[in-house]
Amino acid sequence: MNTLNTLFGEKKAKAKKLVFKSVDEYPEVPLTLGTTLINFTGDWRTFIPIVDESKCVKCYICWKFCPEPAIYIKEDGYVAIDYDYCKGCGICANECPTKAITMVREEK
Amino acid sequence: MPKKVVSGNYAAAYAAKHARVEVVAAYPITPQTSIIEKIAEFIANGEAEIQYVPVESEHSAMAACIGASATGARAFTATSAQGLALMHEMLHWASGARLPIVMVNVNRAMAPPWSVWDDQTDSLAQRDTGWMQFYAENNQEVYDGVLMAFKVAEHRKVNLPVMIIESAFILSHTYDIVDMPPQEEIDEFLPPREPLYTLTDFDNPIAVGALGTPADYYEFRYKIEKAMEEARRVIKEVGKEFGEKFRRDYSQMIELYKTDDAEFIFMGMGSLMGTVKEAVDLLRKEGYKVGAAKVRWFRPFPKEELYKLAKNVEGIAVLDRNFSFGQEGILFNEAKGVLYNTDAHPIMKNYIVGLGGRDFTVSDIKTIAKNMKEIIERGKLDREIEWYHLKR
Ligand code: SF4
Ligand code: SF4
Repeated sequence: MNTLNTLFGEKKAKAKKLVFKSVDEYPEVPLTLGTTLINFTGDWRTFIPIVDESKCVKCYICWKFCPEPAIYIKEDGYVAIDYDYCKGCGICANECPTKAITMVREEK
Repeated sequence: MPKKVVSGNYAAAYAAKHARVEVVAAYPITPQTSIIEKIAEFIANGEAEIQYVPVESEHSAMAACIGASATGARAFTATSAQGLALMHEMLHWASGARLPIVMVNVNRAMAPPWSVWDDQTDSLAQRDTGWMQFYAENNQEVYDGVLMAFKVAEHRKVNLPVMIIESAFILSHTYDIVDMPPQEEIDEFLPPREPLYTLTDFDNPIAVGALGTPADYYEFRYKIEKAMEEARRVIKEVGKEFGEKFRRDYSQMIELYKTDDAEFIFMGMGSLMGTVKEAVDLLRKEGYKVGAAKVRWFRPFPKEELYKLAKNVEGIAVLDRNFSFGQEGILFNEAKGVLYNTDAHPIMKNYIVGLGGRDFTVSDIKTIAKNMKEIIERGKLDREIEWYHLKR
């Protein structure tokens, strides 16, 4: 996937994961241990939403309903899903009036 | 030095003022209320510049103190029993965020049955929250304790909150002479706080309360324990400095009273130890070789001091004004645990005394002394835990 083609675009691509190798490398206080730019929250889903652009009417209802939010709008106006954050709840698929989103079991 | 005749609660309020506390967030509860009332009075009279946050619960009081402390302010609050229990969640947040908040807890029995009298179970139930705990014997120790608490808590190697604990009514509402050093001398002893981090450094924004995944959480727990270990050293250092400046030495985490040649000793915490010392004097006149060990700091626990003490006595009567249901008195439990892996094994007996404010007097201590002497002569315990006052 094109790195810019995500919810956070370049910011996410540039973010560096904090890795502490020994206890002495840790800060004294658990402050700013990185944000969701580096701590992805979308890795525990069972089902994954797939958008069928041929059915999508760009109503953005899914975009409004996604609780994460993990849905973003691409330059061409179609919606896409940033799977680094999508929890697979299926709300988008349920709300989509044209059934353009289907939930499929994710193979890991 | 200026002296005032004040209650334990007023001693706490004066100490907070003299420590130049910047934020107080509190919710009233008997028998603590007169602490925060007095502070409100200082503010109303223009005697102290303190941001006072009246909140809707103790949980919020601690939350507000946490917020204030995270901006770098010196924050103070006070509570008791049910209020402390309601704060429980936030106590972990304060220590986890390494904020040097100081709180006075007035020991009061947990309900039911409803009670407002002295009992240490409320504060001891907060044992594992990462707060340091100091038990005051008298009003002077409440005052001194608060001043020292800020210095220990804010030490750059510590950065952990402190609870100063006093007895309901026996100290909180009883008047006694309290020596209060001149403000300049206190300022010298306790300079303004230098925070480890601050939310108001807008050039370096930070997030507090960040997620710690299983990959990182563990190390932060270890850091808190390291800080507690440092605190043992800092407490002694600060206690010594306090003694040099104000002539009341607190360099010992356990105060020893006539223990040098003692056959057995009484060990306990808080105001009841005043009575014990009195009883020790009388018992010595009757020929008993007894002493008293007052545990000032319960967290961090004074392991080394206890070991040294236990090595030189034949018996320890642990007086617990508290109880851990399903086990035993809490100080007794801790003390036995500390000694298990050492070569110091005096006979130890647990006396459960004074729960819910039951009177505990010199004559009770004499009865306990007689019982302890018999046990030591026999070389065997009659029973390990004794519900001393129980009506049988
Ligand atoms: S499945 Fe849930 S989390 Fe994933 S994009 Fe749809 S609404 Fe958002
Ligand atoms: S709800 Fe369906 S139709 Fe509307 S934007 Fe989303 S995918 Fe397209």
